[in-house]
Amino acid sequence: MANNVNRVTTTVTADRRSQSGLRTRPSGNFFKAVSAVIWKDILAEYRSLELVSAMTVFSLLVIIIFNFALDLDIKMRQTVTAGVLWATFSFAGTLGLNRSMSVEKDRGCLDGLLLAPVDRSAIYFGKAISNLAFMLLVELIVLPVYSVLYGMNLFLPGLLMVILLGSIGYVGVGTLLATMSVQTRTRDVLLSILLFPVILPVLLPAIIASNGFLAGSALADILFPLAILIAYDVIFIAVAFMVFDNVVEE
Amino acid sequence: MITVKKLVKRFGLKTILRGLDFEVQPGEFVALLGPNGAGKTTFLRILASLSRPSLGEVRVAGYRLPNEAAQVRARLGVVSHQPLLYGDLSAEENLRFYARMYNIADMDARITEVLDMVGLESRRRDLVRTFSRGMQQRLAIGRAVLHDPDVMLFDEPYTGLDQDASSMLDEVLKTVAAQGRTVVMTSHDLARAEELATRFDILSRGVITSSATRKQLKKSNLLTFYKEALAG
Repeated sequence: MANNVNRVTTTVTADRRSQSGLRTRPSGNFFKAVSAVIWKDILAEYRSLELVSAMTVFSLLVIIIFNFALDLDIKMRQTVTAGVLWATFSFAGTLGLNRSMSVEKDRGCLDGLLLAPVDRSAIYFGKAISNLAFMLLVELIVLPVYSVLYGMNLFLPGLLMVILLGSIGYVGVGTLLATMSVQTRTRDVLLSILLFPVILPVLLPAIIASNGFLAGSALADILFPLAILIAYDVIFIAVAFMVFDNVVEE
Repeated sequence: MITVKKLVKRFGLKTILRGLDFEVQPGEFVALLGPNGAGKTTFLRILASLSRPSLGEVRVAGYRLPNEAAQVRARLGVVSHQPLLYGDLSAEENLRFYARMYNIADMDARITEVLDMVGLESRRRDLVRTFSRGMQQRLAIGRAVLHDPDVMLFDEPYTGLDQDASSMLDEVLKTVAAQGRTVVMTSHDLARAEELATRFDILSRGVITSSATRKQLKKSNLLTFYKEALAG
């Protein structure tokens, strides 16, 4: 190694001085940083499967428990489906958000991210998009299992759109709050306490709109909760974008 | 290269840094020494733009913190006792991730160059979680120099390393310093600090209480200087 060290010292010193210490290209880095965070999260998850497997097992347990606990007729099942689905997604999502940020904190990697010379909102968007991908993957696994267990077709385009919009809002605010809570000693419980009151404006219209699509209501009746859902998605993401820098800095 | 004037840092009611003044010239290797709780890590985190100063002026490489933090971060490499690496990624993938975050040109060649420098070229495809603590710390240095920073900050880089790993880290640190970089290192290991640094600053109760260059120290040794600085 010593030979390598000497050789590299000589060549790199001359090279470095000529570039005045800057290999970093200053512009156009935002989207590259976002895609780098997504690539890193997906690759690490592909190797470990810690996050998605925990979320999936938890989700399946919840819907199985609901299935046995409620013991409902077909009509009643249709009524409770939206509530059961969103309760399942919310609890599993909390598990995933906690894990996603713990990985960053435990080995000091959050500092590594924050040291990069990029707008810190790029880190937020990268983490939020990868969290959304994991949540949607779990939902894709849960939906057919739920359909079989409860004897219902959940693959309705309207319902799938609501699940997508609700998940975006959930992950948008959840990623921000997970970043805050992971820096505290009580991070395991704090996220749930912080997240559920804040996420209600997303969950309630998502449940109402999901119920509407499951009951086959007219689109005009579902438009209002859908509009609220979209509005809260935009508001939550905009707020997270604006405050993320302050949340991560001591 | 680094100028700090009357720096104050408070966490709630607790004041950690109390009007600290500090200056480092280009190419200097400063060992920042002091007891636990003196504020060394807090100070380095402020220089690294990970923490905001409560009061005072901080300039790194001519840029002011916190307003020009992105410019500072582009010229700064940080190594702490934590590796800041992902265990489920290989050595190469970790460096590739950081290279993309720093938007580094000619990424592949630079990654190979850095892995060669820290002696991990043969392990480039191995997952970092299979690495020993010493290898992780060497890769952490590789991560920190990837974008060729002018200023390097080392926060207790020897923590948790055995004798062999520490000796290997010595070599890498000497290489990093020999490349003309400005280095600030906190350490409790006076022998290593004495071997590597060109200047020694003692931080106690939130201020720099004493400072001496290697030449000035020749009359005494670092341990005596350190004890006298803390006693005074």
